[in-house]
Amino acid sequence: MNGGQDLGGVQGFGPVEPEPNEPVFHADWEKRAFALTLAMAMPGEWNIDMSRFARENRPPVEYLSMSYYQIWFAALETMVKERDLVADDEIVVGHALNAPKPVKRVLTPDDVLKVLHRGGPTERDTNTQAAFKMGDKVRAKNINPPTHTRLPRYVRGRAGTIERVIGFHVFPDSNAQGAGENTQWLYTVRFDGPELWGEGTDPNVKVSVDAWESYLEPT
Amino acid sequence: MAHDHDHHDHHHDHSELTETQLRVRALESVLTEKGYVDPAALDLLIETYEKKVGPRNGARVVAKAWADPAYRARLVKDATTAIGELGYAGRQGEHIVALENTPQRHNMVVCTLCSCYPWPVLGLPPVWYKSAPYRSRAVADPRGVLADFGFALPKDTEIRVWDSTAEIRYLVIPMRPAGTDGWSEERLASLVTRDSMIGTGLPKSPKDVAK
Repeated sequence: MNGGQDLGGVQGFGPVEPEPNEPVFHADWEKRAFALTLAMAMPGEWNIDMSRFARENRPPVEYLSMSYYQIWFAALETMVKERDLVADDEIVVGHALNAPKPVKRVLTPDDVLKVLHRGGPTERDTNTQAAFKMGDKVRAKNINPPTHTRLPRYVRGRAGTIERVIGFHVFPDSNAQGAGENTQWLYTVRFDGPELWGEGTDPNVKVSVDAWESYLEPT
Repeated sequence: MAHDHDHHDHHHDHSELTETQLRVRALESVLTEKGYVDPAALDLLIETYEKKVGPRNGARVVAKAWADPAYRARLVKDATTAIGELGYAGRQGEHIVALENTPQRHNMVVCTLCSCYPWPVLGLPPVWYKSAPYRSRAVADPRGVLADFGFALPKDTEIRVWDSTAEIRYLVIPMRPAGTDGWSEERLASLVTRDSMIGTGLPKSPKDVAK
């Protein structure tokens, strides 16, 4: 979606302000929101692409006025409510009022390190051939889906070069909608600065995105 | 709005709690009471990312790459496997690619769409990495961003920006500082900063770490 999350090239935010000796978390609630988000992936009620869509799917002004853990937490609230795991009135009183919905699994302390170490690889086996090879000239399609996509606006319609054939990966646009993995070849596509930002911009800047095959067309 | 929290048995002063704090606390209570989360697992997740997984992991990888050419070759060919040799793997680092800085080319990593970051080697991202100023400008004006971090590169150095739009996570291998011949991996690791592995900084020099 063309939402507040798609920030590449947006202007006016001012300088980057690194915080010296920054702590991992800035408040106790950030720790809890972080851990709840990770732990609630375990029941299998949603996938990572659905989580990302739940985070970005809000008015841009809201997205941009929230801290990152506020965004994570808001998305978690949305998802537990959408899946009927938690009801509004339960959040209001801060207690369970209804019987829990059965879920596939719950993260136990014994499993934490194992689950983190395993992660969630997105590469799949295939016997298909990649349509593009290293060095091929391609163009990112001009698409504007209102649903989740990982093709940022600033490369849409722009011409680039295949720098790397990465592998055969789960397609988030489909997975985020619960429409299956629709696994595709994934490429690193490199763009020249002036192609993205116009004449006169620094020719020694090159920017790449990782793009699924259906985002691309030959030029 | 969550407001009725007098019955909570937490020991903080409620008058100081923000709306967000109250909502997080309320949801955690509900999820725990319904058996969807185990608070001990939450504590362990927090402890892991607060104390164990962080940029010291990545510094070990970089230092080993500096000291051991065979390891560096493996890292550049298949970073996920080479990093796994040191025991670092998993969530948000399932597919890692290592990017070598050279005198001709400086690599810089961003996630314009969210906050993708190689957790097993760098830990959780700093706030600035997830912030609008960095995400918006890293791809359009990377030299300006580097200036915000207090350094400049020669105009003819290529700046190569990697936008992490898929599940590939990028780790920058900065150039080994001069004056470190014969240093042990452990000593080299002390020069490797988090920002140098994102591409928004350079490693420390031997002078920086000298007493």
